[in-house]
Amino acid sequence: MSFFKAENLGIHFGGVVAVDKVSFEVKRGECYTIIGPNGAGKTTIFNLIGLIYPATSGKLFFEDREINDYSPHRVADLGIARTFQNIELFEHATVLQNLLIGRHRHRRTSLWQELLFAPSVRRAELAQREAVERVIDFLDLAKYRDNLVAGLPYGVRKVVELGRALATEPKLLLLDEPSSGLNPEETDDMAFWIEDIRRHLGVTVLMVEHDMNLVSRVSDRVLALNMGTVLAEGTPAEVQANPAVIEAYLGKAA
Amino acid sequence: MRFLFKTGYEQDLRLFKHGGQVFWYGLLTVLLLAAPFGVGEYAMSQLQFICIYSIVGLGLMLLVGFTGQISLGHAAFLAIGAYTEALLQAKGTPFFVSLPCAALLSAAAGWVVGLPALRLKGIYLAIATLAFNVIVEEVTTRWESLTGGNSGLHLKPVELFGVRLDDDTGFYYLCLGLTVLSILAVMNLLRSPTGRAFVAIRDSEISASCMGVNLATYKTMSFAISAALTGVAGALYAHKVTFITPEQFTLLQSIELVTIVILGGVGFVHGAVLGAAFLIVLPQLISLAKDYLPNGVAGSGLQSVVFGLVLIVFIIFEPLGLYGRWLKLRTWFELFPFYRRGMFRRQKSYMKSERLR
Repeated sequence: MSFFKAENLGIHFGGVVAVDKVSFEVKRGECYTIIGPNGAGKTTIFNLIGLIYPATSGKLFFEDREINDYSPHRVADLGIARTFQNIELFEHATVLQNLLIGRHRHRRTSLWQELLFAPSVRRAELAQREAVERVIDFLDLAKYRDNLVAGLPYGVRKVVELGRALATEPKLLLLDEPSSGLNPEETDDMAFWIEDIRRHLGVTVLMVEHDMNLVSRVSDRVLALNMGTVLAEGTPAEVQANPAVIEAYLGKAA
Repeated sequence: MRFLFKTGYEQDLRLFKHGGQVFWYGLLTVLLLAAPFGVGEYAMSQLQFICIYSIVGLGLMLLVGFTGQISLGHAAFLAIGAYTEALLQAKGTPFFVSLPCAALLSAAAGWVVGLPALRLKGIYLAIATLAFNVIVEEVTTRWESLTGGNSGLHLKPVELFGVRLDDDTGFYYLCLGLTVLSILAVMNLLRSPTGRAFVAIRDSEISASCMGVNLATYKTMSFAISAALTGVAGALYAHKVTFITPEQFTLLQSIELVTIVILGGVGFVHGAVLGAAFLIVLPQLISLAKDYLPNGVAGSGLQSVVFGLVLIVFIIFEPLGLYGRWLKLRTWFELFPFYRRGMFRRQKSYMKSERLR
């Protein structure tokens, strides 16, 4: 049984081929990173996995289930959560409210019960709150709990977004450039958390990242892309030494 | 300034966060309950209208303020509620059956109108709902065998479990009770997963759907609940005015209803009630002012001009509405002398991620 698999994934926007026949497989429990120069199609792959773009070719499998025909919210229901490159938080809500929305897929109450705020809703809300508090503890967000996201510094927002994804209790976590916009210290924290997320929470991580320092520190395997096609796959060291990858980043020797 | 010391998660679920709130809302309740014994017939009638419009305001607030969808067709839901009530009453249906029917029929219409909301945004959604309003207006005018067309329908006073509420007091308590119930329902919704999903859709559709929120379900649900509340208000409205014609449910009425939300404060439950009160009180103030204005100015168009002006002034100077103004005032006093002008200004947000659709 495979955990997550993309087969011949491809999408074109008009004549522009953004992703072309990309296949890869993520094993349960590993940290798999996609790297590549700007415009290589990394984020597009994430959007294909989230089914925000319909793939023009290829198939996606999650726990042996083909998910191509699902709608985006059902992907989340399966246990795939993501963060965004430029942060898509709910700005005018507090950190706590943001994380609670992450619990959406674990809701069990019906509309009628909620209108009356029946005891079952109260119990469920308290349980959700406890689950969220665990995430808050995990990511050390307690002091920001009641702050509006709109007033938080960028680095904290990045962590809140990670927290919101974790609050969904995902099986597969997609991180789109977790270190972008973070200073070296914050990046260090991020690396620490990604490791913890795998070790302690047992979540599989699929990541897009530029910072090779972070990549080699946390990932088991790396996929290098350029112009929508696969250049190399392997351990971080292997991929970094691959001549095609070096050429894609640095250009040909004159 | 009050600092809340939190000792349990339970505390964040409470409707009243501290004793001060209990006191003030309790006082308000007592005053409202005592109102029939203290104020005149005319003021009673205005209070009833405020209750009725508050219910519409709550419905619209849920849709506009919390789900971020616009509707310029709420007068149509008001009409559906009103006509359902009028027709069912004429058939002898008891009020406790006809009122839910009015709500359900409105909700069904709201669900249908919500369907275009899955594809349309902003101004285009406004146009679609506006079209719906025009359709309903035409249907109620032309379908004379059912609605009586322009000659309208008459309603008898509400009869609840054998008691005729034909005096102002009884009907006032009915309106007040339903308003309180609506407020409770909306507050309950907002502290449960469904309300959070609405707010998520308002703030970022893309991340809402990535969190597992089914945009289609929740948008149509928001429309349906909003329409149901408006339908309830419509039924009360029909009883209040006792005579309904299609001219009462025009596009202009829809715009007035949206005004409630904008004047009251988009995104605050309080705003719905404050906006409704303002909408009812303003015409009174205008007619009072007319006595002091020269003849040429005090024409019949004055009201529309003032309404328009007020709306523009609010949008430019106080986008948070009356409730936002109150919040600022309160903060000013709480923090005196440390209030800063920019405290409520929304921070410039960082670049949003690629807008995917």
